Amino acid sequence: MGNTKKLHTLAVQVDNEAGVLSQVSRMFSRKGYNIESLAVGATNNPKVSRITIEVLADDAHAELLCNQLRKLLPVHLVKLLEPHQSIRRELVLIKVRAPDSETRNDVFQISHIFRGSIIDVCSETLTISLIGTEEKIEAAQMLLAEFGIKELVRTGMIALERGRYTIDEDTKEKGEFNYGKHVL
Amino acid sequence: MKLSGAKILLECLREQGVDTVFGYPGGTILNVYDALCDYTETIRHILTSHEQGAAHAADGYARSSGKVGVCFATSGPGATNLVTGIATAHIDSSPVVFITCNVSEELIGKDSFQEVDIVGISMPITKCSYLVRDVDSLADIVREAFAVARGGRPGPVLIDIVRNVTVAEADYTPLPREDHAANGRLGALIRRASHDLRAPEPDSVDIDRLVEMVAQAQRPLVICGGGVVRSRAQDEFKAFVEKIDSPVAITVMGCGGFPGRNPLTTGMIGMHGTQASNLASEQCDLLIAVGCRFSDRVGIRFDCFAQNAKVVQIDIDRSEINKNVQTDHHIVGDAKQVLALLNKKVSKAEHSEWKGQVFSWSTETEYEDVPGTLTPKEVMSAIARILPERTIVSTDVGQHQMWALQHFRFCYPGQLLTSGGFGTMGFGLGAAMGAKAANPEQVVLHVTGDGSFRMNCNELSTVEHYGLPVITCILNNKTLGMVRQWQSLIYDKRHSQTDLYRGPDFIKLAEAYQLGGKRVTTLPELEEALSEALAFGKGYVIDCAIDSDEMVRPMVRAGTQITQFLLD
Repeated sequence: MGNTKKLHTLAVQVDNEAGVLSQVSRMFSRKGYNIESLAVGATNNPKVSRITIEVLADDAHAELLCNQLRKLLPVHLVKLLEPHQSIRRELVLIKVRAPDSETRNDVFQISHIFRGSIIDVCSETLTISLIGTEEKIEAAQMLLAEFGIKELVRTGMIALERGRYTIDEDTKEKGEFNYGKHVL
Repeated sequence: MKLSGAKILLECLREQGVDTVFGYPGGTILNVYDALCDYTETIRHILTSHEQGAAHAADGYARSSGKVGVCFATSGPGATNLVTGIATAHIDSSPVVFITCNVSEELIGKDSFQEVDIVGISMPITKCSYLVRDVDSLADIVREAFAVARGGRPGPVLIDIVRNVTVAEADYTPLPREDHAANGRLGALIRRASHDLRAPEPDSVDIDRLVEMVAQAQRPLVICGGGVVRSRAQDEFKAFVEKIDSPVAITVMGCGGFPGRNPLTTGMIGMHGTQASNLASEQCDLLIAVGCRFSDRVGIRFDCFAQNAKVVQIDIDRSEINKNVQTDHHIVGDAKQVLALLNKKVSKAEHSEWKGQVFSWSTETEYEDVPGTLTPKEVMSAIARILPERTIVSTDVGQHQMWALQHFRFCYPGQLLTSGGFGTMGFGLGAAMGAKAANPEQVVLHVTGDGSFRMNCNELSTVEHYGLPVITCILNNKTLGMVRQWQSLIYDKRHSQTDLYRGPDFIKLAEAYQLGGKRVTTLPELEEALSEALAFGKGYVIDCAIDSDEMVRPMVRAGTQITQFLLD
C-alpha cells in the first residue's frame, strides 16, 4: 500500500435523515482528516441520500476511513471511486466584474471556451456557471481573475462510476458485503 | 393498549429482561421515575450518588454478566455527567443502554434550563445515539437500541427522549425479544443488504489459509484480547492454543479469556508486559491476535511490532483490521465462532523447543520483599490467598491496576473489570457495585489507589444503602503513583503535582458511610482485615500503606520497541 497522500473520492449512501451528515462528517475530523470537498443530495430513492466526499489520504487510510464509515448505522453503502473508472464533476458560479461592453465581451468569450453559460447580467457584473473537474475550473478562474472575481461558489465534487457498474454491485466483494457492516 | 411514553419505555425494558437500572432522577425524566413506581416488583432501581457512578455501575453490570446494562439520567448536567462513563464503555466494547430525557419539544433549541445536545455530544462515543421526538417510534427505537448495544462488537447506545414524549400516549403491543429482529425499525435495518444480526459466517477460505499458516509455523504466539472475553470464547480459545501448542500472551482486556494459571500463559503483553510476552512477540514467526485491536499500549510501536512474524488478526469489527498493525492475514468474525471452526480443521502440533525458549524468559516480575513494610505484591498475594478464587475484581487506573493484573490469575471472562482503553480513574467502585448487583453470590473486590478512590468515593453511600458489600482495597502510596513513576523515570524526578499527602482519612470516611474499615501496615494486619471484610456483610475499606517510590515493572517507554525495557 502506498504511503503518498492523494485525493480520494468516496461515494456514501445514507439514510436521508437529520443528523446523518454530521455523523458522517465528524468521523473524518475525529480521525484527523480534513474534508476537501463535500456534496450531498437525495437520490432517486427519496429515503436515501448520497454524499460525495473528497479527502486527502494514502490508500491504506482511505480504506480504513471507508471501514469506519460502514460501521455507522445510517450508512448503507460506501465506495472508494477509482479516478480512471469514474466521472467527477463540479458546478461553480462565478460573479465577474464587467462594467463595460468590452469586458462583458471578453468574459463572455472566455466563458464560451470553457462551455460555461452566463446566467445573470447587470451593468456591473456577469455571473457565469461552469461545470467540470477542478483543472478546468481552476483554469477558468485564473483567466477570469484579471477582470476581478467578486464572488465564487462551488458545489463540491460529485462522482459516478463509468460503465454499467453502480455503488450497489461493488460491495459484494469478499469481506465487505458479508461482514463489512457488522454493527449488529 | 394505550400507554404513556414512560410506561412504554419500562415495558420495553421488561421485554429485554432488564431487572436492574442504575440512575439518577431529575426534572425532565420525572415521568419515567413516576412510572417506575408501578414496576418496583420487576425493575430494581439503584440510585447512585452521581451519574458517573451510575454509568460505571451499568458498565460493570454488563461486563460481569454479559447482559446489557441500563442507566438513566436527566437532561443537561445529568446527561453530561454520563459522558466519561459512556466513553469508558465504548472503547472497552461494553454493552450499555443509556437513557436520558431532554426538555420538551417546544423548549428544544431555546437554551432552556438543563438543555443540552447529548445526542450530538455522545455521537463519537456510542455505537448509535437516538433522539426520540415521537412517542409512536419509542418502542421501536428502544428495541433497536438494545439489539445494537448487544450485537456484533458490543458497545454503548444512547436514547434521548424529549419530555413530552414520556407523557404522550401511544399504542403499545408487547413483542417478545426473539421477534424484534423481524419487526419494525430493527427488522428494516437487518433486511438492508449489508446488515445482519447473526454473527457473520467466517469465510472458509480464510480459515483454511490460517490452518495452513499454523501448520507451517515453528514459533507461534497467540494473543488473547478483549474479544475472547466479550464473546465468552474461553473454551474454544483454550482448545485452540492447546491443540497448536502455542504460548499465550494476554492483554489487559483479555484477562479472564484464558486461565492465568495455565502453563501456556506468558502473562501480560505490552507496556507493562512480561519479558516472556514481549520477547516472544518479537521472535515468533506467527502471531495470531484474537479479539485484539493492537492498542498503543500493546503494540507500543506499530512499525516494528512482531516484525519477524506473519501477523494474523481475528476480529469481529472489520474496521480494526490493519488499523494499527499491518496484518498478513485476517478473519472477520466472532471469536467464538472462528475458533470453533479453526478447532475442527487445525492439526495438533508440538512446539517444545520454542516453548522452552519462551518460558526461559520470565513470565512474572520479581518484586523485592522489603521486611517490615507492605509491598504491592504482598497485598495482591494475600488477597489472592484469602479471597475465593472466583472473586470478581474491579480496578481503577494506575499502578495498582497493573499490579492487580500482574498478580491475580483470572480464570473466567467477566472476572476482571478494568478501564483498559479509556483509563478512567474512578471507574472501579461504580463497576464493583454493578458487578455485585449482577452477581450477588460472588465476592466483589475493588482494588484502587488513593488517587483513583478519591475521585468517586461518594459511591460508598450507594454501597451502604443497597447492601452491596464491596471490599475496597486501597494501595495507598500518598501519590499519583503511575504519573510519579513517569516523572521519576522520564522527567528527572521532578514530581510536579503528584504528591497526595492530604486527607481524607479513608477509614473515618468509611465509618461516616456506616461501613467497616481498617488501616494496615503489615501483612498479618492485612490478612486479618481481609478475613474481617469477608465476614463483615457490608462494604469494607482496607487502607494499605505502601511505599511512594514502588514502581510497576517491567516497563517499556511509549513509542519505543516492545523489547526495549526501560525497567526490567
